[in-house]
Amino acid sequence: MITKEEVRHIAGLARIGVDEKEVEKFAADLSAVLDWIEELKEVDVTGVEPTAHITGMENITKGDIEKDFSNKEGIVKLFPESKDGYDKVKSIL
Amino acid sequence: MIRELHNKLINHEITAVQLTEEYFARIENLDKDIFAYLTLMEKSALEQARKVDAKIAAGEEIGMLEGIPGAIKDNICIKGVRATASSKILDNYIAPYDATVIKNLKEAGAVFLGKANMDEFAMGSSTEKSGYGPTKNPHDLSRVPGGSSGGSAAAVASNEAVWALGTDTGGSIRQPASFCGVVGLKPTYGRVSRSGAIAMASSLDQIGPITKTVEDAAIVLSIISGRDNLDATSAKSFAKDYTEYLTGEVAGLKIGIVKGYLDNLSVEVKNSFEKVVEKYRELGAEIKEVELPNAKYSLPVYYIIMPCEVSSNLARFDGIKYGMRALDYKDTELDFIPEDRNLIETYLDTRRYGFGPEPKRRIMLGTYALSSGYYEAYYLRAQKVRTLIKQDFEKAFSEVDLILTPTTPTPAFKFGEKTKDPIQMYLEDVFTITANIVGVPAISVPGPEVEVDGKKLPQGFQLMGKWFDEENILRAAHAYEISSGATPVK
Repeated sequence: MITKEEVRHIAGLARIGVDEKEVEKFAADLSAVLDWIEELKEVDVTGVEPTAHITGMENITKGDIEKDFSNKEGIVKLFPESKDGYDKVKSIL
Repeated sequence: MIRELHNKLINHEITAVQLTEEYFARIENLDKDIFAYLTLMEKSALEQARKVDAKIAAGEEIGMLEGIPGAIKDNICIKGVRATASSKILDNYIAPYDATVIKNLKEAGAVFLGKANMDEFAMGSSTEKSGYGPTKNPHDLSRVPGGSSGGSAAAVASNEAVWALGTDTGGSIRQPASFCGVVGLKPTYGRVSRSGAIAMASSLDQIGPITKTVEDAAIVLSIISGRDNLDATSAKSFAKDYTEYLTGEVAGLKIGIVKGYLDNLSVEVKNSFEKVVEKYRELGAEIKEVELPNAKYSLPVYYIIMPCEVSSNLARFDGIKYGMRALDYKDTELDFIPEDRNLIETYLDTRRYGFGPEPKRRIMLGTYALSSGYYEAYYLRAQKVRTLIKQDFEKAFSEVDLILTPTTPTPAFKFGEKTKDPIQMYLEDVFTITANIVGVPAISVPGPEVEVDGKKLPQGFQLMGKWFDEENILRAAHAYEISSGATPVK
């Protein structure tokens, strides 16, 4: 149901590297789950509003107040590669 | 159990340090077989315990959970402590801040023994999908403890912790509680702050307690719940002492049994459940049949909504700011050539080698269901069916106060039994999933044991309550517990 080409496309969107064997396995696994989910098509959803949020709360805001984060060193220590306290990444441009 | 230990502390029968040391000794003895813990926190635990002892020595009053040692599921952040969500992609991640529930527990003086094992990124129903190896069920080491909070449930069941925190997105607190013979509570969505919990599916996730008794669950819930500025989805609610509602009375309470739910269950599981129903009748509750006609779509609804939200929530694990970063270049097949392969390689390889197969499967499923051309057919449709299921519950709760179901269709299965076909594993969540979809609170309580292959295994039953009505599910659960003389196995 889901083709290998579609799997490669999705893997690209999801930024997950895959080899040919994995593409085949995903095609099989995802097709199986998508088949199973097919039964949702039989439900009559005419006029039904989608529920994205179960509590129905809306527009919860808080003040845009500047606060210093107390553990900046903890965050910097987590950078996989760093230089002079900056996060070192491959060139973007 | 918490109350007894609390009394021992204030009566000077034991010190908090002795209590903590006792638990670490038991962990040292048992955990090589059970593997409930990924990270132990001996140094900080003893520090926490010493502070409590100092308070007691100074004649100060201490709270119910003060000095009482517990386990924290490894997807909840404790500042300065490793948090992996059982994934290699976070193998070296040291949480830079406390989750709000951790802040609350620290203020309450609780002691943290360590971080508990789980299925990777909370995806699973057996803890077999942990990136570090499975936890074993203390009742039978050849069987799974359930998941994804398998480590938390096993720790409590084997007395390697007095209480534990788990998270529940599709049943991940209740199902392992059922398999391990302990109590597990998923609060109403919005009751407990999710800030500091590594997100799986943001419209479904909740943090909740796993404990030996219902009273213990009420004690922990009282501490971790409440409105939090850091979680915009946390509901306006004030701190409550849930133990006040444990009256032992259920006379007049209306309990619904769902039509059709017991079909296809084994005779053993059915009998266990029917004994629970009978007990509630004896206690004076009114038992009625209710219908949830759209509940049968809960599993497919969940297996669309959840992967979609997962694909968004796990996008942050890209090797850039924290966690694993894959530094070797390997060829991958893409249907487009990105402008700068080097940065893309970072993403592709980090996520390829850092994630296990189940997170990848769910991310792919979610990405597909949300992609252009498919969004209406899958995600939007699932959210509409979600509305229909919610309406079923609203109708049922106009007729009854609580809904009673088995927690799981079977007791704990053996390792490897469900891993060949992912859908077989997904079906384990059939009774628990609906509470996450509609957001209601639900508790799993140990019921009469079930015999499988000559072995007696725990089997839980589940009570679902109205939105924000944890009081009634706790009350009814507690009433069963004390009347059935169920005392925790020591």
